[in-house]
Amino acid sequence: MNIIVCIKQVPDTTQVRIDPVTNTLIREGVQSIINPFDMYAIEEGVRLKEKYGGKTTVISMGPPQADAALREAISMGCDEACLVSDRAFAGSDTLATGYTLAMAIRKLKDYDIILCGKQASDGDTAQVGPGIATQLDIPQVTYVKKIEDVKDNHATVERMTEEGFEIVRTSLPCLLTVVKEINEPRIPSLKGRMKAKKAEILSWKAIDLDLEEEKLGLKGSPTWVSKIFTPPPRPKGHILEGDPEETTTKIIEALKDRLI
Amino acid sequence: MGIQIIKEQCTGCSLCVKVCPFCALTMTNKKAVIDYDKCTLCGACVDSCKFNAIDLKRDSSKTPNIEEYKGIWVFAEQKKGVIQSVVYELLGKARDLSEKLGSDVSCVLLGHNIKDKAQELISRGADNVYIVDTVELEHYLDEPYTKTIVNLVRKYRPEIFLCGATFIGRSLISRVAVKLHTGLTADCTGLDIDEKEKFLMQTRPAFGGNIMATILSKNHRPQMATVRHKVFKEAAVDKTRKGKIIEEAIPKTFLTSRTKLLDIVEEITSTINIAEADIIVSGGRGLKGPENFAMLEELAQVLGGAVGSSRAAVDAGWMPYSHQVGQTGKTVCPKLYIACGISGQIQHLVGMQSSNIILAINQDPHAPIFTVANYGIVGDVFQVVPLLTKKFKATLNR
Repeated sequence: MNIIVCIKQVPDTTQVRIDPVTNTLIREGVQSIINPFDMYAIEEGVRLKEKYGGKTTVISMGPPQADAALREAISMGCDEACLVSDRAFAGSDTLATGYTLAMAIRKLKDYDIILCGKQASDGDTAQVGPGIATQLDIPQVTYVKKIEDVKDNHATVERMTEEGFEIVRTSLPCLLTVVKEINEPRIPSLKGRMKAKKAEILSWKAIDLDLEEEKLGLKGSPTWVSKIFTPPPRPKGHILEGDPEETTTKIIEALKDRLI
Repeated sequence: MGIQIIKEQCTGCSLCVKVCPFCALTMTNKKAVIDYDKCTLCGACVDSCKFNAIDLKRDSSKTPNIEEYKGIWVFAEQKKGVIQSVVYELLGKARDLSEKLGSDVSCVLLGHNIKDKAQELISRGADNVYIVDTVELEHYLDEPYTKTIVNLVRKYRPEIFLCGATFIGRSLISRVAVKLHTGLTADCTGLDIDEKEKFLMQTRPAFGGNIMATILSKNHRPQMATVRHKVFKEAAVDKTRKGKIIEEAIPKTFLTSRTKLLDIVEEITSTINIAEADIIVSGGRGLKGPENFAMLEELAQVLGGAVGSSRAAVDAGWMPYSHQVGQTGKTVCPKLYIACGISGQIQHLVGMQSSNIILAINQDPHAPIFTVANYGIVGDVFQVVPLLTKKFKATLNR
């Protein structure tokens, strides 16, 4: 079975601090990590290969530095890695990103299951996974919390819903986006790290893919950012200290009218 | 790169440097300079420049016959024949927008034996309800739902299409937008109409933080956006409203699916889903053990709310993941969020800071949760929470 895992490198939000004066994010010195949800996709990709045999390829579209994210995925057990990187992709919104990744996956050819994290922690859109599936014209199942089995060219999975979950059977090839509940990502072994260090990473530019130029980057992105602003900071709260009898009474006085 | 500074026009005011979310602009010899390694072409600087000194080539394609797209559509998500509350919230917003546009509001309702729901949508503000009622659409499936909606959009050409950011909505609408080759903005917290050019102004948190971006799809229709639960106010019910119900037939070939729904399992661990709850009582590491969540259940019950949890409490196995609020859990915006024994890591804050009112209870007066709280009690949760439960019960007569 051939598995493809799509990952994104994002800023590590645990390191992001807020400038108390300007109320904006301080980005300088913030490290990049693999999008937390993609870690579950990588782990699931490796587990599927271990269970059913085959090969797991990890792919990322991003700046050259995303090389580090791909090596980390190899250290966790992925076999091959592919970086899709070109200045021509800058300014891509979710439509252009989905298109570019789908074209790269097409070039990788044989695949049975494509795995993505449910969304990226920096954009939070959850649009690129379904976007890739639609561009490739394959079925998708989003918010997968368990892959029950894969056989007879079909996968049976559990999909999270607001109320619980659904059991869905899909034909292969398919694209699955996964949630945190699906597994516990492994810590890379020493051997894995060694392999990652030496691994050769496939690197594709726009010219290597059979792309329509007007569908790329800024040109291929229907959504435009027209304005960016910092929302007004929350007014300073009423923080009470002292005897709990008194503080709770005061809080209830303040809140009761707003609750009825 | 498609962006450059027109040196002759740059006055060195440095406004652009301040707005760049990626620190890609600096001032050198009183002129703005772009660091192309950092620039993502987001365009924030272009808007900030008062001297037209930044040139960004967008040169985007255009939806053909763009001027023929009229009206606002809302996806009327139903489950087991029940219209989801987010639909009424979208209808409330759609009515506001329609007044500014001078257009009508329509719902698209897919399902089986759901025709009687159309009147409900009309009483909440829909002028038209497009219904496709067939057994293949009884439960949500990506492919038939996508094909049906794409088909209807191509036929009727709405200029705006709104959808709830639910599990179903997000899966569906991402596919629809790709098929229609149009722009889609996720999780908008504000929607408005641009006075001059009548574009849909879609505002959302951006770049993983407390920066807001207003996004436009100038050249593509429909302009599509998703909105989470509780962001907008529900439309009021007016039983006397009249509207048109239009039944649509879709060719069977559009209704095939490569995925099949085998079973639906409802795990009701709490009576209310936290994404839809008006009041959430959340607990964190400060609760010290799973048994102490019962205390939060009691308070939530008195208030008619649901129980949430920080990641720490979920990772410790005290609460199921479906209750987790925060970056790797759910984003919520209830009317009242009560954080009990939660210190307020940034990952938690991003999931709840848009709540209407935040009450934090924590022993540590320096806990970051107090920076976003409207009200706070510095004290022992084991004393404070039971007191709140008792007093709320008395005050609210419950």
